[in-house]
Amino acid sequence: MSQYVESRHRVFCYGRCITGQNHSIFCLALLLITVTSSLFFVFDCPYLTKELSPLIPVFAAILFLSVICCILRTACTDPGILPRATPDELLYLERTDNTQTVALSGRIMELQMRSGHVLQLKFCQTCRLFRPPRVSHCSLCNACIANFDHHCPWVGNCVGLRNYRYFYLFLFSLSLLCTYIFVFNIVNIVLRSQNNSTVADAIRETPATMAEALICFFSIWSIIGLWSYHTYLICRSVTTNEDIKDTWATPHRGGNQINPFSRGNGLVNCFATLCGPLPPSFLNLRAIVKQENSIPMTVTGTNNNNNNTSDGIVRYFPEENGNYSNQVGNTSGIHSTQQQRYLPRDYA
Amino acid sequence: MDDTTRLTSEQSIKLFIQRDYSEGTAVKFQERFPSELEGKIDRGKFIDIIRHINSIFEEAEALSCKTFTENCCACLTGYLLLLCMPTHYEKCVKRAARYISEENERTLNPKGIFMLDPMEKGLRCIEVCITNNRR
Repeated sequence: MSQYVESRHRVFCYGRCITGQNHSIFCLALLLITVTSSLFFVFDCPYLTKELSPLIPVFAAILFLSVICCILRTACTDPGILPRATPDELLYLERTDNTQTVALSGRIMELQMRSGHVLQLKFCQTCRLFRPPRVSHCSLCNACIANFDHHCPWVGNCVGLRNYRYFYLFLFSLSLLCTYIFVFNIVNIVLRSQNNSTVADAIRETPATMAEALICFFSIWSIIGLWSYHTYLICRSVTTNEDIKDTWATPHRGGNQINPFSRGNGLVNCFATLCGPLPPSFLNLRAIVKQENSIPMTVTGTNNNNNNTSDGIVRYFPEENGNYSNQVGNTSGIHSTQQQRYLPRDYA
Repeated sequence: MDDTTRLTSEQSIKLFIQRDYSEGTAVKFQERFPSELEGKIDRGKFIDIIRHINSIFEEAEALSCKTFTENCCACLTGYLLLLCMPTHYEKCVKRAARYISEENERTLNPKGIFMLDPMEKGLRCIEVCITNNRR
Protein backbone atom coordinates (compact mmCIF):
# COMPACT_ATOMS: atom_id res chain seq x y z
CA MET A 1 0.00 0.00 0.00
CA SER A 2 1.51 3.32 -0.99
CA GLN A 3 0.73 6.58 0.71
CA TYR A 4 0.90 9.94 -0.98
CA VAL A 5 0.97 13.03 1.18
CA GLU A 6 1.85 16.27 -0.49
CA SER A 7 3.21 18.05 2.58
CA ARG A 8 6.48 17.27 4.35
CA HIS A 9 4.83 14.95 6.81
CA ARG A 10 5.83 11.36 7.28
CA VAL A 11 3.29 8.61 7.53
CA PHE A 12 3.76 5.42 9.52
CA CYS A 13 1.82 2.33 10.45
CA TYR A 14 -0.22 2.27 7.24
CA GLY A 15 -1.71 5.69 7.81
CA ARG A 16 -2.34 5.43 11.51
CA CYS A 17 0.46 7.84 12.49
CA ILE A 18 1.54 11.07 10.89
CA THR A 19 4.48 13.08 12.14
CA GLY A 20 6.51 16.06 11.03
CA GLN A 21 9.67 15.82 9.05
CA ASN A 22 12.47 16.40 11.54
CA HIS A 23 12.57 14.04 14.49
CA SER A 24 15.93 14.78 16.08
CA ILE A 25 14.74 17.19 18.77
CA PHE A 26 11.77 14.94 19.48
CA CYS A 27 14.12 12.01 20.07
CA LEU A 28 16.22 14.22 22.33
CA ALA A 29 13.14 15.15 24.37
CA LEU A 30 12.11 11.51 24.70
CA LEU A 31 15.63 10.56 25.70
CA LEU A 32 15.85 13.26 28.32
CA ILE A 33 12.53 12.30 29.87
CA THR A 34 13.28 8.57 29.81
CA VAL A 35 16.82 8.93 31.17
CA THR A 36 15.82 11.25 34.02
CA SER A 37 12.90 9.03 34.98
CA SER A 38 14.99 5.87 34.78
CA LEU A 39 17.65 7.39 37.02
CA PHE A 40 14.89 8.28 39.47
CA PHE A 41 13.48 4.77 39.49
CA VAL A 42 16.86 3.10 39.80
CA PHE A 43 18.64 5.33 42.28
CA ASP A 44 16.03 7.17 44.31
CA CYS A 45 13.03 4.90 44.49
CA PRO A 46 14.54 1.96 46.41
CA TYR A 47 15.72 4.23 49.22
CA LEU A 48 12.52 6.27 49.28
CA THR A 49 10.33 3.17 49.23
CA LYS A 50 12.21 1.85 52.23
CA GLU A 51 12.21 5.11 54.14
CA LEU A 52 8.83 6.57 53.23
CA SER A 53 6.28 4.69 51.18
CA PRO A 54 5.97 2.23 48.29
CA LEU A 55 3.44 4.56 46.69
CA ILE A 56 6.15 6.96 45.59
CA PRO A 57 7.38 4.91 42.61
CA VAL A 58 3.77 4.02 41.77
CA PHE A 59 2.75 7.66 41.29
CA ALA A 60 6.01 8.35 39.47
CA ALA A 61 5.28 5.48 37.10
CA ILE A 62 1.76 6.77 36.43
CA LEU A 63 3.09 10.25 35.70
CA PHE A 64 5.86 8.91 33.49
CA LEU A 65 3.44 6.78 31.49
CA SER A 66 1.05 9.68 30.98
CA VAL A 67 3.90 11.92 29.80
CA ILE A 68 5.02 9.32 27.28
CA CYS A 69 1.44 8.68 26.18
CA CYS A 70 0.74 12.38 25.67
CA ILE A 71 3.94 13.17 23.84
CA LEU A 72 3.50 10.23 21.50
CA ARG A 73 -0.12 11.16 20.94
CA THR A 74 0.83 14.77 20.17
CA ALA A 75 3.64 13.72 17.87
CA CYS A 76 1.72 11.10 15.94
CA THR A 77 -1.68 12.75 15.54
CA ASP A 78 -2.63 14.67 12.45
CA PRO A 79 -2.80 18.27 13.74
CA GLY A 80 -5.53 19.19 11.27
CA ILE A 81 -3.78 19.23 7.93
CA LEU A 82 -6.03 20.58 5.20
CA PRO A 83 -5.79 18.56 2.00
CA ARG A 84 -4.76 20.62 -0.99
CA ALA A 85 -7.32 21.80 -3.48
CA THR A 86 -7.72 19.85 -6.70
CA PRO A 87 -7.27 21.63 -10.04
CA ASP A 88 -11.03 21.36 -10.59
CA GLU A 89 -11.65 23.44 -7.48
CA LEU A 90 -9.12 26.01 -8.60
CA LEU A 91 -10.76 26.28 -11.98
CA TYR A 92 -14.14 26.74 -10.36
CA LEU A 93 -12.75 29.41 -8.03
CA GLU A 94 -11.27 31.30 -10.96
CA ARG A 95 -14.48 31.08 -12.95
CA THR A 96 -16.78 32.18 -10.21
CA ASP A 97 -14.73 35.09 -8.92
CA ASN A 98 -15.94 38.43 -10.13
CA THR A 99 -12.58 40.03 -10.63
CA GLN A 100 -10.43 38.59 -13.34
CA THR A 101 -7.75 41.21 -13.30
CA VAL A 102 -5.76 39.89 -10.35
CA ALA A 103 -4.31 36.40 -10.28
CA LEU A 104 -5.72 34.07 -7.68
CA SER A 105 -2.57 34.19 -5.57
CA GLY A 106 -2.84 37.90 -5.02
CA ARG A 107 -6.46 37.87 -4.01
CA ILE A 108 -7.90 38.37 -0.57
CA MET A 109 -11.37 37.18 0.30
CA GLU A 110 -13.18 39.36 2.78
CA LEU A 111 -15.45 37.52 5.12
CA GLN A 112 -18.17 39.34 6.97
CA MET A 113 -19.06 37.43 10.10
CA ARG A 114 -22.41 37.66 11.77
CA SER A 115 -20.70 38.98 14.90
CA GLY A 116 -19.62 42.04 12.95
CA HIS A 117 -16.00 41.11 12.43
CA VAL A 118 -14.50 41.37 8.99
CA LEU A 119 -11.81 38.77 8.38
CA GLN A 120 -9.44 38.68 5.46
CA LEU A 121 -8.79 35.26 4.01
CA LYS A 122 -5.59 35.02 2.04
CA PHE A 123 -4.92 32.63 -0.79
CA CYS A 124 -2.33 29.97 -0.01
CA GLN A 125 -0.23 29.37 -3.07
CA THR A 126 1.12 26.02 -1.92
CA CYS A 127 -2.17 24.51 -0.84
CA ARG A 128 -4.16 26.34 -3.53
CA LEU A 129 -7.01 27.41 -1.31
CA PHE A 130 -8.29 30.47 0.48
CA ARG A 131 -7.18 29.91 4.05
CA PRO A 132 -10.23 29.54 6.31
CA PRO A 133 -10.29 31.52 9.58
CA ARG A 134 -7.64 30.43 12.11
CA VAL A 135 -5.85 28.34 9.53
CA SER A 136 -2.19 29.04 8.96
CA HIS A 137 0.43 27.58 6.69
CA CYS A 138 3.37 25.93 8.40
CA SER A 139 6.46 26.36 6.27
CA LEU A 140 8.31 23.59 8.08
CA CYS A 141 5.61 21.05 7.38
CA ASN A 142 4.55 22.72 4.14
CA ALA A 143 0.84 22.39 4.82
CA CYS A 144 -2.08 24.51 6.00
CA ILE A 145 -3.08 23.47 9.51
CA ALA A 146 -6.51 24.10 11.05
CA ASN A 147 -6.44 26.21 14.26
CA PHE A 148 -2.67 26.44 13.86
CA ASP A 149 -1.01 27.06 17.20
CA HIS A 150 2.71 26.64 16.54
CA HIS A 151 5.23 24.15 15.21
CA CYS A 152 6.77 22.42 18.20
CA PRO A 153 10.23 20.96 17.55
CA TRP A 154 10.08 19.07 20.87
CA VAL A 155 7.26 16.91 19.54
CA GLY A 156 8.43 17.03 15.96
CA ASN A 157 5.01 18.08 14.69
CA CYS A 158 2.71 21.07 14.39
CA VAL A 159 0.27 21.74 17.19
CA GLY A 160 -3.16 22.44 15.74
CA LEU A 161 -6.82 21.67 16.06
CA ARG A 162 -6.59 17.93 16.56
CA ASN A 163 -3.62 17.58 18.86
CA TYR A 164 -3.72 20.73 20.97
CA ARG A 165 -5.33 19.03 23.94
CA TYR A 166 -2.72 16.26 23.91
CA PHE A 167 0.00 18.89 23.79
CA TYR A 168 -1.54 20.71 26.74
CA LEU A 169 -1.87 17.48 28.73
CA PHE A 170 1.73 16.66 27.85
CA LEU A 171 2.86 20.01 29.29
CA PHE A 172 0.70 19.47 32.36
CA SER A 173 1.89 15.95 33.08
CA LEU A 174 5.50 16.86 32.36
CA SER A 175 5.27 19.78 34.83
CA LEU A 176 3.92 17.38 37.43
CA LEU A 177 6.60 14.77 36.69
CA CYS A 178 9.41 17.34 36.81
CA THR A 179 8.16 18.81 40.07
CA TYR A 180 7.62 15.34 41.55
CA ILE A 181 11.12 14.13 40.68
CA PHE A 182 12.68 17.37 41.88
CA VAL A 183 10.84 17.32 45.19
CA PHE A 184 11.73 13.70 45.90
CA ASN A 185 15.34 14.30 44.92
CA ILE A 186 15.50 16.97 47.60
CA VAL A 187 13.72 14.68 50.07
CA ASN A 188 16.20 11.92 49.25
CA ILE A 189 19.21 14.14 49.89
CA VAL A 190 17.69 15.52 53.08
CA LEU A 191 16.88 12.06 54.44
CA ARG A 192 20.32 10.74 53.64
CA SER A 193 22.02 13.74 55.19
CA GLN A 194 20.01 13.20 58.34
CA ASN A 195 21.07 9.58 58.54
CA ASN A 196 24.69 10.32 57.73
CA SER A 197 26.16 13.58 58.84
CA THR A 198 26.61 16.00 56.00
CA VAL A 199 24.85 16.92 52.82
CA ALA A 200 28.08 16.45 50.89
CA ASP A 201 28.27 12.82 52.02
CA ALA A 202 24.69 12.26 50.99
CA ILE A 203 25.36 13.68 47.56
CA ARG A 204 28.44 11.49 47.19
CA GLU A 205 26.28 8.48 47.94
CA THR A 206 23.80 9.22 45.16
CA PRO A 207 25.38 11.37 42.45
CA ALA A 208 22.53 10.45 40.12
CA THR A 209 20.12 12.32 42.35
CA MET A 210 22.04 15.55 41.86
CA ALA A 211 22.10 15.05 38.12
CA GLU A 212 18.34 14.55 38.03
CA ALA A 213 17.78 17.52 40.31
CA LEU A 214 19.83 19.74 38.04
CA ILE A 215 18.00 18.61 34.90
CA CYS A 216 14.64 19.10 36.58
CA PHE A 217 15.56 22.46 38.03
CA PHE A 218 16.56 23.88 34.69
CA SER A 219 13.60 22.43 32.83
CA ILE A 220 10.93 23.27 35.38
CA TRP A 221 10.92 26.99 34.69
CA SER A 222 10.34 26.68 30.96
CA ILE A 223 7.87 23.79 31.24
CA ILE A 224 5.72 25.35 33.94
CA GLY A 225 6.00 28.72 32.20
CA LEU A 226 4.85 27.22 28.93
CA TRP A 227 2.01 25.36 30.63
CA SER A 228 0.80 28.55 32.35
CA TYR A 229 1.01 30.45 29.08
CA HIS A 230 -1.11 27.85 27.32
CA THR A 231 -3.62 27.81 30.18
CA TYR A 232 -3.96 31.56 29.73
CA LEU A 233 -4.37 31.16 25.96
CA ILE A 234 -6.99 28.44 26.37
CA CYS A 235 -9.05 30.61 28.71
CA ARG A 236 -9.04 33.37 26.12
CA SER A 237 -9.52 30.93 23.21
CA VAL A 238 -6.54 32.38 21.36
CA THR A 239 -3.88 30.39 19.57
CA THR A 240 -0.15 31.07 20.01
CA ASN A 241 -0.05 32.20 16.40
CA GLU A 242 -2.81 34.76 16.97
CA ASP A 243 -1.22 35.91 20.23
CA ILE A 244 2.15 36.49 18.58
CA LYS A 245 0.56 38.36 15.71
CA ASP A 246 -1.76 40.22 18.10
CA THR A 247 -4.69 39.41 15.84
CA TRP A 248 -7.41 40.31 18.27
CA ALA A 249 -5.80 43.35 19.82
CA THR A 250 -5.84 45.78 16.93
CA PRO A 251 -9.21 47.06 15.78
CA HIS A 252 -10.30 45.98 12.33
CA ARG A 253 -12.45 48.28 10.32
CA GLY A 254 -16.05 47.57 10.97
CA GLY A 255 -15.42 45.14 13.80
CA ASN A 256 -14.71 45.26 17.49
CA GLN A 257 -11.67 44.00 19.30
CA ILE A 258 -13.14 40.97 20.97
CA ASN A 259 -12.08 37.59 19.69
CA PRO A 260 -15.06 36.22 17.72
CA PHE A 261 -14.08 32.64 18.53
CA SER A 262 -14.20 33.10 22.27
CA ARG A 263 -17.33 31.89 23.97
CA GLY A 264 -17.14 34.72 26.49
CA ASN A 265 -16.45 32.62 29.56
CA GLY A 266 -12.96 31.33 30.43
CA LEU A 267 -14.27 28.05 31.79
CA VAL A 268 -16.43 27.37 28.74
CA ASN A 269 -13.42 28.11 26.54
CA CYS A 270 -11.34 25.58 28.49
CA PHE A 271 -14.08 23.02 28.26
CA ALA A 272 -14.49 23.57 24.53
CA THR A 273 -10.77 23.32 23.79
CA LEU A 274 -9.92 20.38 26.02
CA CYS A 275 -13.10 18.32 26.00
CA GLY A 276 -14.85 19.50 22.88
CA PRO A 277 -15.61 17.33 19.87
CA LEU A 278 -12.78 16.57 17.46
CA PRO A 279 -13.19 15.90 13.76
CA PRO A 280 -11.47 12.85 12.30
CA SER A 281 -8.40 13.46 10.17
CA PHE A 282 -9.13 15.42 7.00
CA LEU A 283 -6.61 13.32 5.15
CA ASN A 284 -7.68 9.92 4.04
CA LEU A 285 -4.33 8.39 4.84
CA ARG A 286 -5.38 4.80 4.48
CA ALA A 287 -6.68 5.06 0.94
CA ILE A 288 -4.84 4.17 -2.20
CA VAL A 289 -4.25 7.13 -4.46
CA LYS A 290 -3.80 6.61 -8.15
CA GLN A 291 -2.91 9.59 -10.30
CA GLU A 292 -4.02 9.52 -13.87
CA ASN A 293 -2.20 11.42 -16.57
CA SER A 294 -2.91 15.10 -16.80
CA ILE A 295 -4.51 16.79 -19.77
CA PRO A 296 -3.37 20.31 -20.63
CA MET A 297 -5.82 22.94 -19.51
CA THR A 298 -7.57 25.33 -21.86
CA VAL A 299 -10.33 27.67 -20.84
CA THR A 300 -12.82 28.81 -23.40
CA GLY A 301 -15.89 30.89 -22.97
CA THR A 302 -16.07 34.50 -22.03
CA ASN A 303 -16.50 35.75 -18.52
CA ASN A 304 -19.01 38.51 -18.33
CA ASN A 305 -17.70 40.71 -15.64
CA ASN A 306 -20.17 43.07 -14.16
CA ASN A 307 -19.77 45.28 -11.15
CA ASN A 308 -17.06 45.01 -8.63
CA THR A 309 -13.74 46.44 -7.97
CA SER A 310 -10.50 45.55 -9.57
CA ASP A 311 -8.51 45.75 -6.38
CA GLY A 312 -8.32 42.00 -6.06
CA ILE A 313 -10.71 41.72 -3.14
CA VAL A 314 -13.59 39.30 -3.39
CA ARG A 315 -16.34 40.13 -0.98
CA TYR A 316 -18.48 37.41 0.44
CA PHE A 317 -21.45 38.19 2.61
CA PRO A 318 -23.88 35.66 4.02
CA GLU A 319 -26.91 36.00 1.82
CA GLU A 320 -30.50 35.77 2.97
CA ASN A 321 -32.04 34.40 -0.17
CA GLY A 322 -29.27 31.93 -0.84
CA ASN A 323 -29.05 33.03 -4.41
CA TYR A 324 -25.71 33.10 -6.11
CA SER A 325 -25.09 34.64 -9.46
CA ASN A 326 -22.58 33.00 -11.70
CA GLN A 327 -20.75 35.26 -14.09
CA VAL A 328 -19.34 32.59 -16.33
CA GLY A 329 -20.23 32.08 -19.96
CA ASN A 330 -20.12 28.61 -21.39
CA THR A 331 -18.18 25.90 -19.69
CA SER A 332 -17.96 23.40 -22.43
CA GLY A 333 -14.33 23.87 -23.24
CA ILE A 334 -12.85 23.35 -19.82
CA HIS A 335 -10.62 20.33 -19.33
CA SER A 336 -9.50 19.03 -15.99
CA THR A 337 -5.79 18.77 -15.47
CA GLN A 338 -5.55 15.93 -13.05
CA GLN A 339 -7.82 13.29 -11.67
CA GLN A 340 -7.11 11.47 -8.46
CA ARG A 341 -8.89 8.32 -7.56
CA TYR A 342 -9.60 7.57 -3.91
CA LEU A 343 -11.05 4.50 -2.34
CA PRO A 344 -14.26 5.13 -0.44
CA ARG A 345 -13.29 6.41 2.97
CA ASP A 346 -12.92 3.78 5.66
CA TYR A 347 -14.52 5.18 8.79
CA ALA A 348 -13.60 2.28 11.03
CA MET B 1 -18.51 7.26 -6.40
CA ASP B 2 -15.44 6.19 -8.34
CA ASP B 3 -17.18 6.21 -11.70
CA THR B 4 -17.90 9.91 -11.63
CA THR B 5 -14.27 10.91 -11.45
CA ARG B 6 -13.55 9.04 -14.65
CA LEU B 7 -16.02 11.06 -16.67
CA THR B 8 -14.38 13.32 -19.16
CA SER B 9 -15.22 16.95 -18.86
CA GLU B 10 -17.20 17.22 -22.05
CA GLN B 11 -19.89 15.26 -20.29
CA SER B 12 -19.72 16.76 -16.81
CA ILE B 13 -19.51 20.00 -14.94
CA LYS B 14 -18.11 20.11 -11.44
CA LEU B 15 -19.19 22.69 -8.94
CA PHE B 16 -18.11 23.20 -5.38
CA ILE B 17 -20.31 24.38 -2.54
CA GLN B 18 -17.85 26.17 -0.26
CA ARG B 19 -17.88 26.48 3.50
CA ASP B 20 -19.79 29.24 5.21
CA TYR B 21 -17.48 30.78 7.82
CA SER B 22 -19.75 33.66 8.75
CA GLU B 23 -20.61 32.04 12.06
CA GLY B 24 -17.13 30.88 12.94
CA THR B 25 -15.03 27.84 12.23
CA ALA B 26 -17.90 25.38 12.76
CA VAL B 27 -18.58 23.11 9.81
CA LYS B 28 -21.34 24.71 7.77
CA PHE B 29 -21.76 24.82 4.02
CA GLN B 30 -23.17 27.74 2.09
CA GLU B 31 -26.89 27.22 1.66
CA ARG B 32 -27.04 28.58 -1.83
CA PHE B 33 -28.38 27.30 -5.10
CA PRO B 34 -25.73 27.33 -7.84
CA SER B 35 -27.11 28.61 -11.10
CA GLU B 36 -25.69 25.64 -13.02
CA LEU B 37 -28.37 23.53 -11.37
CA GLU B 38 -31.21 25.70 -12.68
CA GLY B 39 -33.82 23.55 -14.30
CA LYS B 40 -32.23 20.30 -13.15
CA ILE B 41 -33.52 20.18 -9.64
CA ASP B 42 -35.95 22.07 -7.46
CA ARG B 43 -34.21 24.91 -5.63
CA GLY B 44 -35.87 24.27 -2.32
CA LYS B 45 -35.05 20.58 -2.42
CA PHE B 46 -31.36 21.14 -3.03
CA ILE B 47 -31.06 23.73 -0.29
CA ASP B 48 -32.91 21.34 2.02
CA ILE B 49 -30.27 18.69 1.41
CA ILE B 50 -27.50 21.15 2.24
CA ARG B 51 -29.42 22.29 5.30
CA HIS B 52 -29.77 18.72 6.51
CA ILE B 53 -26.04 18.10 6.06
CA ASN B 54 -25.37 21.30 8.03
CA SER B 55 -27.63 20.15 10.83
CA ILE B 56 -25.79 16.83 11.11
CA PHE B 57 -22.46 18.60 11.43
CA GLU B 58 -23.92 21.09 13.88
CA GLU B 59 -24.92 18.17 16.06
CA ALA B 60 -21.43 16.70 15.68
CA GLU B 61 -19.79 19.89 16.89
CA ALA B 62 -22.19 20.73 19.69
CA LEU B 63 -20.72 21.03 23.18
CA SER B 64 -22.75 18.60 25.21
CA CYS B 65 -22.44 16.48 28.32
CA LYS B 66 -22.11 13.44 26.10
CA THR B 67 -19.00 14.87 24.40
CA PHE B 68 -17.58 15.93 27.73
CA THR B 69 -18.07 12.46 29.25
CA GLU B 70 -16.66 10.78 26.18
CA ASN B 71 -13.53 12.93 26.22
CA CYS B 72 -13.02 12.60 29.98
CA CYS B 73 -13.28 8.83 29.81
CA ALA B 74 -10.93 8.77 26.85
CA CYS B 75 -8.44 10.88 28.79
CA LEU B 76 -8.62 8.66 31.86
CA THR B 77 -7.88 5.55 29.80
CA GLY B 78 -4.87 7.23 28.24
CA TYR B 79 -6.78 7.73 25.00
CA LEU B 80 -6.83 3.99 24.43
CA LEU B 81 -10.62 4.20 24.42
CA LEU B 82 -10.42 6.09 21.13
CA LEU B 83 -8.81 3.06 19.52
CA CYS B 84 -11.77 0.90 20.46
CA MET B 85 -14.83 2.95 19.70
CA PRO B 86 -15.69 5.71 17.22
CA THR B 87 -16.32 9.18 18.64
CA HIS B 88 -19.61 11.03 18.40
CA TYR B 89 -18.14 13.21 15.65
CA GLU B 90 -17.08 10.19 13.62
CA LYS B 91 -20.55 8.71 13.95
CA CYS B 92 -22.08 11.96 12.71
CA VAL B 93 -19.68 12.08 9.78
CA LYS B 94 -20.69 8.52 8.86
CA ARG B 95 -24.33 9.53 9.15
CA ALA B 96 -23.78 12.46 6.81
CA ALA B 97 -22.06 10.20 4.29
CA ARG B 98 -24.97 7.76 4.47
CA TYR B 99 -27.49 10.54 4.05
CA ILE B 100 -25.66 11.89 1.00
CA SER B 101 -25.49 8.48 -0.66
CA GLU B 102 -29.23 7.96 0.02
CA GLU B 103 -30.07 11.34 -1.45
CA ASN B 104 -27.85 10.55 -4.42
CA GLU B 105 -29.77 7.35 -5.11
CA ARG B 106 -33.16 8.80 -4.39
CA THR B 107 -33.22 12.31 -5.78
CA LEU B 108 -30.01 13.45 -7.40
CA ASN B 109 -28.74 10.66 -9.64
CA PRO B 110 -32.00 10.33 -11.59
CA LYS B 111 -31.55 14.00 -12.52
CA GLY B 112 -27.92 13.53 -13.55
CA ILE B 113 -26.45 15.10 -10.46
CA PHE B 114 -23.91 13.49 -8.17
CA MET B 115 -22.93 14.87 -4.77
CA LEU B 116 -19.63 13.85 -3.20
CA ASP B 117 -19.11 13.33 0.53
CA PRO B 118 -17.39 16.53 1.82
CA MET B 119 -15.12 14.40 4.01
CA GLU B 120 -13.34 13.33 0.83
CA LYS B 121 -12.32 16.95 0.39
CA GLY B 122 -11.34 17.43 4.02
CA LEU B 123 -14.64 19.17 4.85
CA ARG B 124 -13.64 22.12 2.69
CA CYS B 125 -16.41 21.94 0.16
CA ILE B 126 -19.17 19.74 -1.26
CA GLU B 127 -18.36 18.66 -4.79
CA VAL B 128 -21.36 18.34 -7.09
CA CYS B 129 -20.98 16.77 -10.52
CA ILE B 130 -23.57 17.35 -13.21
CA THR B 131 -23.60 15.04 -16.17
CA ASN B 132 -24.74 16.44 -19.47
CA ASN B 133 -25.70 13.13 -20.96
CA ARG B 134 -28.86 13.37 -22.98
CA ARG B 135 -30.67 10.09 -23.08
